[in-house]
Amino acid sequence: MAGKTKTGKTIAEINERIKKGKAVVLTAEEMVETVKRLGKTKAAKEVDVVTTGTFSPMCSSGMLFNFGQEPPLMKASQVWLNNVPCYAGLAAVDAYCGATEASADDPLNKVYPGRFAYGGGHVIEDLLRGKPVRLRAKSYGTDCYPRRELEKDVTLASLPGTWLLNPRNCYQNYNCAVNMSGRTIYTYMGPLKPGCRNANYATAGQLSPLFNDPFLRTIGLGTRIFMGGGIGYVIGAGTQHNAKPPRNERGIPLSASGTLMLKGNLKGMDPRYVRGLSILGYGCSLNLGVGIPIPILDEEMAWFTGVADADIQMPVKDYGYDYPNGISRTICHVNFEELKSGSITVNERVTPTVPVTSYSISLEIAETLKKWIEDGKFLLTEPQDEILSM
Amino acid sequence: MTEEANGFRKIVYLSFPPEVSNRPVVCNLALLFNLSFNILKADISPRHEGSLTLELAGREVDYHKGISYLKQNGVKITPASQKIFRDEDLCMHCGLCTSLCPTKALCVNLDNRKVEFDVEKCSACGMCTRVCPVKAMIVDMNENDLR
Repeated sequence: MAGKTKTGKTIAEINERIKKGKAVVLTAEEMVETVKRLGKTKAAKEVDVVTTGTFSPMCSSGMLFNFGQEPPLMKASQVWLNNVPCYAGLAAVDAYCGATEASADDPLNKVYPGRFAYGGGHVIEDLLRGKPVRLRAKSYGTDCYPRRELEKDVTLASLPGTWLLNPRNCYQNYNCAVNMSGRTIYTYMGPLKPGCRNANYATAGQLSPLFNDPFLRTIGLGTRIFMGGGIGYVIGAGTQHNAKPPRNERGIPLSASGTLMLKGNLKGMDPRYVRGLSILGYGCSLNLGVGIPIPILDEEMAWFTGVADADIQMPVKDYGYDYPNGISRTICHVNFEELKSGSITVNERVTPTVPVTSYSISLEIAETLKKWIEDGKFLLTEPQDEILSM
Repeated sequence: MTEEANGFRKIVYLSFPPEVSNRPVVCNLALLFNLSFNILKADISPRHEGSLTLELAGREVDYHKGISYLKQNGVKITPASQKIFRDEDLCMHCGLCTSLCPTKALCVNLDNRKVEFDVEKCSACGMCTRVCPVKAMIVDMNENDLR
């Protein structure tokens, strides 16, 4: 990790400027041009915060919730929300509703490709939309918790506690998926036609949070963020976080690497940025909007946040044979600007590209976070513990 | 065929009652009205109700004559674009639907990165209704037509 330069600002100084309404805040898209025009030294002096955004499927997500006691008391051992099984191996009336859990009677892939009409992600979206959700709980009964069954309608307002608690979000870089096999396949990256006839890619490129702070210098435990339209926090490295990926000359990882664990109160989020997904042939998931503010502490952070789509290389991987068999072969690298242009060349063949991440809503998130900071409603936090990235 | 003759293009969805499904009405569009047709989807069995999605091209005046001819022969006609629509509140503009769209009716606008839906190009095949992860594409046909 590179050291701070002498001419730097502190987060406390930036917060003072935000409170006075004097902070200069740019979206990561605006920062690309600014760094090109002014250079990193001048940009570091003029800009205080760069806001990022992404709106993408984030499967490793879920809701931790407490549904309250109704005497006689209960220690639930099995819990369902709208017939979606939740993890109930926690105390009393706590449970976890995972985003990818499908409804208990879903036919899954028995009729291939399965449609996965309703799952944990949809439960979370329904709660946010104010809809009542049917809760069902079972228990074996104990002397202290005699109740064996509970069934009732719950709403976001009636549940005593609801938190999104996501073990792995905001992947730093990701695979661009193609299919070299001879049949159409249905993956978490969407449908892939045979013979490499489409290439599906995720992330928001130059807007994506972890491309703007590639060594996680300013992001750590306690970083306050835009999460699902409300406030959330980074609570550490995500699962499968890779701290030492191969990188390009700008420090941008060349493969899927850094990840974040996030937490945020569901109450206060907006269903526009928290969407249940039905991914054909794959399963249920959650599309989540995340925006992370990057403080421009010094010219190095100005340089990092000046990253453009053309600086980001993504690995093209075969999901027909290689990926399911754990073969880590990369067919080639393509840059994000090429992916956004609508087609790339793979093995001398022109392949149309298909985005999985909504760039327009990712930009909307970066702009919303920018507005919050400009209005003095959102202050930056000092990370209390770093996330290793080198 | 000259460019003028080919200038008019439309995708239509035809339903054939059982008594019509054994008569060669579609090839008469070419023979009698000089229309060229491209079959995008067909589901016809003798003595059962059938359906056919056609892209018709030719002169506009011939197109209307051809359509009248089909109607006279008991074929029900719906423009394909009336069969499918997008719920604008639900659409996230991710772009996933563009992966299987056979006519490029759904495509990403390279300037604003939003997904555009051109109903005139749509053949109402229904692939997008299955691919869309938030069910924003809605097709007004019975499920069996989509198989």
